[in-house]
Amino acid sequence: MTKLTASRRQFLGLAAGGAAAASFAAPREAAAQVATNANIVIIGAGAGGTALANRLVRRLEGARITLLDPRVDHLYQPGLSLVAAGLKPADYVVSKTTDWLPRGVTLIAEAAATIDPEARVVETSGGQRLDYDFLVVAPGLVLDHDAIEGFSLDMVGQNGIGALYAGPQYAAATWQAAQAFTEDGGIGLFTRPATEMKCAGAPLKHAFLIEDITRTAGNRGKAEFHYAAPQGALFGVPIVAEKVRMLFGDRGIETSMQHTLTAIDAGAKRATFATPDGTAEMDYDYIHIIPPQRAPEVIRQSGLSWADKWTDQGWVECDMASLRHLRYDTVWALGDVAGVPKGKTAASVKWQVPVVEDGIIAAIEERDPTETYGGYTSCPMITRVGRAMLIEFDYNNDLVPSFPGVIAPLEELWISWLMKEVALKPTYNAMLRGRA
Amino acid sequence: MKDLTLGTLIAVFEEIFGAWLFWGMAVLAVIVTLAYVFVLIRDRQISWRKFLLAQLSMPVGAIAAVWFVLAITHSRLSDLGGPVDVIVFLGIAAAGAIGTAILVYTVQSLISRPSAD
Repeated sequence: MTKLTASRRQFLGLAAGGAAAASFAAPREAAAQVATNANIVIIGAGAGGTALANRLVRRLEGARITLLDPRVDHLYQPGLSLVAAGLKPADYVVSKTTDWLPRGVTLIAEAAATIDPEARVVETSGGQRLDYDFLVVAPGLVLDHDAIEGFSLDMVGQNGIGALYAGPQYAAATWQAAQAFTEDGGIGLFTRPATEMKCAGAPLKHAFLIEDITRTAGNRGKAEFHYAAPQGALFGVPIVAEKVRMLFGDRGIETSMQHTLTAIDAGAKRATFATPDGTAEMDYDYIHIIPPQRAPEVIRQSGLSWADKWTDQGWVECDMASLRHLRYDTVWALGDVAGVPKGKTAASVKWQVPVVEDGIIAAIEERDPTETYGGYTSCPMITRVGRAMLIEFDYNNDLVPSFPGVIAPLEELWISWLMKEVALKPTYNAMLRGRA
Repeated sequence: MKDLTLGTLIAVFEEIFGAWLFWGMAVLAVIVTLAYVFVLIRDRQISWRKFLLAQLSMPVGAIAAVWFVLAITHSRLSDLGGPVDVIVFLGIAAAGAIGTAILVYTVQSLISRPSAD
């Protein structure tokens, strides 16, 4: 499976020596270092790839770790909802990819062009050939804006069009359009796609926030709110869906379920939806568009995707507990690209990274891995400026509160808002550094 | 929250304030506390006159602490939504009040010796 250079005795000796050194030098380092000359390639230096690289560097002695990512900027994506509600500036979410990477890893600022999991080779967009012993696929996902007819990103911010997922400048432009709506009123239309998507709470948060800001501005009387979604329920976790349904009722947000946005007419301010009863049209003064989301093309072309699930989206075929590829045992999926039923959030990444780390180290040590991912996903569901619900759940749709009996998951609380505002980004940053 | 350890908490606070500011504030808090203990031992008594001023400063500290937290988090008092919110709110106010009282008492004691009372 991999080139092991250390015998058990050498390894134990190194481990003991490493542990002794670590106990003097860095008291935070709990786990002993593992000696290996394994060649590890991580595709993607986003939340998952960066956090994993930082942890592997500490755990492995002698491994070659290479990250592939052409993106200069690192985005703190959980902050985009706040930017699109005028609560944070665009640069709140932006840092440099290289700010977070440890010494001892190599960043190649190119994309993966091809992946050959049989030959264990990745070719970069610049033509470099990278052999690997272990591959972690963490490139994130792509937003398929072209799937919405009549829409393009240059429209965002004008004529009542918002699209906060597209990045910091688009989230800021979204606020321009949304702010005009909070002042002038009219019909606000909030959508989400039919595909799997990152942070399924964000479409709801945006609707809640813009409604609250309109109310605070004293303009609620002249605004209508419609939430239109392809699914049959407002949230994938039934108990949360019911809570959101009640909150929408309280707040006067109308819902149109089983409505999939297919096209907009920006001139006429009219949106077209596919519904079980045929095509439906809705007028709007402000529309929030979230396009269908898919795995990057290179993943879908490499034979790593599920053949019988999410065939239009191409998520990586992996075991939902170990995140290891089901057909290629030297490949792991991490983050948005993983073909698992939950988990396209930064909080999920925080839970997934130790699982992939343990999987790789277990493979190097030729033992069985011990860590598993149970589908943990967290969504601080903002319901108004100043309040949120700290919703955490797993594969079983069970609520798994971090602070049971203290912070109620289905209550709108100030403390949950404080966490989102103050503690979440620092926790995320600590995760990137492999410290949380 | 996965692995909520002291190390994680310190890492998170370092990210919130920056390592220098966080450790600077931690050192400052330790210095003020040590100075407070120092003046208590040195004077071998509580000066009730200084304690009165310290007590009078407590509401100011409480209000300042609450105002600070509300201001940096885009929140208002009306956002308090449940019992835990009230507990957190009172905790912030209490921390501000006690911190201010200790600071005021210590500063007075360091400036004027007990004989000056």
